[in-house]
Parts: sequence; C-alpha cells; structure tokens
Amino acid sequence: MPDKKKITLALKRGASCVGCDIAVVNFSEKLFDLIEVADIVFSPTLLDVKYDDLIKMPDKSITIGLYHGAVRNSDNEEFAKIMREKCQILIAYGACAHLGGIPGLANVSNRAKIFETVYKKTFSTDNPEGIYPQTEWTDEKGHKLTLPEFYDEVYALDDVVDVDYYVPACPPTHVMNMQILNLIKGWVEGKLELPPKGSVIAEEKTLCDECPRNPGKGKKIKIDKLRLITEVEPDPEKCFLEQGILCLGPATRAGCGAPCIEANMPCRGCMGPTSRVMDQGGSMLSALASIFGVSENELELSEEDIEKFVSQMKDPLGCFYRFSLPKSLLRRVVQDE
Amino acid sequence: MSNNDDKLNILVFTCNWCAYAGADLAGVSRLQMPTEFRQIRTMCSARVDPEFILYAFKNGADGVMVAGCHPGDCHYIGGNYRTRRRMALLKLLLQQFGLNPKRFRLEWVSAGEGQKFAQVINEFVNEIKELGPSPYRKKQEVRDAG
Repeated sequence: MPDKKKITLALKRGASCVGCDIAVVNFSEKLFDLIEVADIVFSPTLLDVKYDDLIKMPDKSITIGLYHGAVRNSDNEEFAKIMREKCQILIAYGACAHLGGIPGLANVSNRAKIFETVYKKTFSTDNPEGIYPQTEWTDEKGHKLTLPEFYDEVYALDDVVDVDYYVPACPPTHVMNMQILNLIKGWVEGKLELPPKGSVIAEEKTLCDECPRNPGKGKKIKIDKLRLITEVEPDPEKCFLEQGILCLGPATRAGCGAPCIEANMPCRGCMGPTSRVMDQGGSMLSALASIFGVSENELELSEEDIEKFVSQMKDPLGCFYRFSLPKSLLRRVVQDE
Repeated sequence: MSNNDDKLNILVFTCNWCAYAGADLAGVSRLQMPTEFRQIRTMCSARVDPEFILYAFKNGADGVMVAGCHPGDCHYIGGNYRTRRRMALLKLLLQQFGLNPKRFRLEWVSAGEGQKFAQVINEFVNEIKELGPSPYRKKQEVRDAG
C-alpha cells in the first residue's frame, strides 16, 4: 500500500509510435476510475508539460512510471534513466519497452547501413557531400546545437535501466489495461499486494492455451504447405496452423484476450515468449517444424528435399522475432567473414 | 565457454543410440581426432531444441554439430525426422542472423560408423578453424541495467 491516498502517474515515450499513449486512452470510460486513484503528472501526449518539468521533480516523487518505446538513441536512454530516478515503480509498457518491439527489427542492420540508406541511397536524397547528422554543432556566434546519438543497435528498456514490471503487447489491450487498473486500485486501497518484482503482467501460458480455435488435446496438426494470410481467406473457426497459415500462438504468451484471432487474423507474437523459454523464435521454430508433415516416402527424401520443403517459410527471422529481436538470444544480425 | 580467441569452442550433440555409440567406437578404435570439440549426449537428436543451438552461439560457440541416427534407424522411430525439419529451418534462421552456414552441421552417424564420426569431426573442426572465432563472441557486450 502506498503512503498517500492518491498516487501519481507519469508516461514517457522512447522510440515508440505513440500507440501506447493511445492504448492508455483505450482505458475508455474506466480512465475515470484510474484518475480517481491516480494523478497523471507527466505525459507529453496528454498534458502540456515540458521535459524540464520532469527533471525538476524530486527523486522518487512519482509513484508509477510507464515507459513505452524502445531505446534507439542517447535521448531515449537519458530519459529512461531520469524516469528511473523519479519513479518508485517503473513499468515497461508495451512490446517495444518490453522486448524491443518493431523498432527492434532494426537490429538486422546497423547504424552505418541505416545512415547510408537514409542519407545517401534513397531516391529522393540529394547529398553529394555525404553529410551525416552530427551530435554537436556550433555556429559562428557560438550557439551550440545538439542532437541525440543514434545507437548501433536497439535496446529494450531493461537493457539500460532496472525495470519493476512488464506489460507486453503491441499495444496493451483493453483486457490488459483493466488488469493493471484493478491491480493499481487494489494496491492503493490496500486490498492487493503488488506482484513480485520483474513480473510480466499477463498469463503464464501460451496463447494456444486460451485460443477458442484450439483443436484440443490428442488432435495432431500436420501441414504440407504454408499459405500466406494475404493469399487465402481463412476459415473463421479453424486453427490457423491447421490451415497452413503461420500463427505465433504456440510460442506467445497469453493474456491479451486474443483480439487478433477474433478478427480472423493469426497471432504475430507481440506478447513475447513465456517465461519458460529462452527465445521466442527458437520456440516457434520448433513448433512449426514439428507440424511439417512426415510422409510415407520419408526415407526417399534427401536433406536437400527437406531444405526445399522448409524453405516455404520465408523470412523466418522477421516472422519469428517480429517483436522480440533485441531480447532474443542472439539479439542482432552479425557479419561473418 | 571460453572467450579466449586462440581456442575454438566446438559443440557436438550426439544421440545416445547411434551417434554417441559411433563416437565411442571411434574412440576405442583409437582413430585420430582433433581435441577442440566438446560432446553432449542426448537421448535422441530430436531432444536438441533449436534454442540450445542459439544459446550455444550466444555463449561463444564457433561451430555446432548435431549428429543422430540415419533416417529410418531412429530408436524412437521418427525422432530424427523431426530433427531434420527443425535443423533445416534453423539453418535458414542462422543464415539470416549472418552466420556462415558452415558453422552449423547436421550429420547421421550409426553405432557402427566410428570411421565416419572421426572423418566428419575432422572435416568440421578444420572448417571452423578456417573460419575462425564466431562474430557473436565479439558481440557479447550488453548494456548494464541500472
């Protein structure tokens, strides 16, 4: 239970699309329940505040801080650290802060390659001198201008600061927001204890476990062909994997309420892996390879045939690690001479 | 695993029923093999989760080999059919991660093929020696939290 009757809340974004700020609006009418127990003291999207206001606040003066977005540059890191200083509880809110998210896919490249594409190679760029953004510049009158440093790779929030809780998903759904709201309300009123530090506020099982399309135990899924969701009209009742459509349900944490499945779209894995596995991609790879059917003429198949067969899976890295590359085992793409 | 640049870290998963017995035969037959590899025995090659291999590369392995029974000879009937699908897909993934495909190898070795085991290990270790340390060894620095 906190010291005061009403707590304070801050929202700060890093490398984010601001979708997580909108997700807070998705508390809908329950937002009033939140405001009843919590004052929002800092949120550049919702309030007219400046960064200086946050910097001037005393340390640990904010009860709960929600940080959303990945850590892409030095500005993100600086404010992640400031948030850590000002907030008693720091929550990584959304897939980007939790696992790196979509911005984390930039780890297939690096700073040099990204700069070359953006500032030299793109069709609309005219940069014959090859000028790249500088982190510092002084004009003839001595005015100094600065820009944040662009990092070579993307980090999740807990790579740069200590994080208390994680709220996954891209963006966190209404169901999940309600879970947080109940937790915060219960805690403020002294009825609930907070979960242990480092908890992910969602389920411990995989999405398949709560999926209404799960064909049930004992029913084996066997597929011969992978189909793209853009090419077929999926059956709205049947398991996506049974239909040969890649769905990350077997390797993804449950707790989102499965809104994608309800909208007849397969899971893309934004909730990240469960705590029982080390790597979402490795886990999905096992699951997918295991449902590739074993035929009667298996003995006649050479290793090349098998390689051809599995190469139906285009871009395994992008599909298996769509939201979790910076928090995967290998973290980023390297160059092997 | 060692982060010493001079010493290579080569990991070989062998299944209990075929490849491990094959390796044992190579040993008792006193066949010459390089000493740079470490062997891990699993009950079946299908026990080797792709995560284990990703974990090995993360922790500084320069090469990983998975060896199991020949197709049709699996002690558990169809374990190695699963293995070869998983490993073929994993190979595509490792290539996307930028690793040289030679750093990962799948081989079938029966209990009677001591000679083959020694030959495959010799080949594999020499290939890895040519490639040198894995680029993931240098990419170990992760930012400290706090």
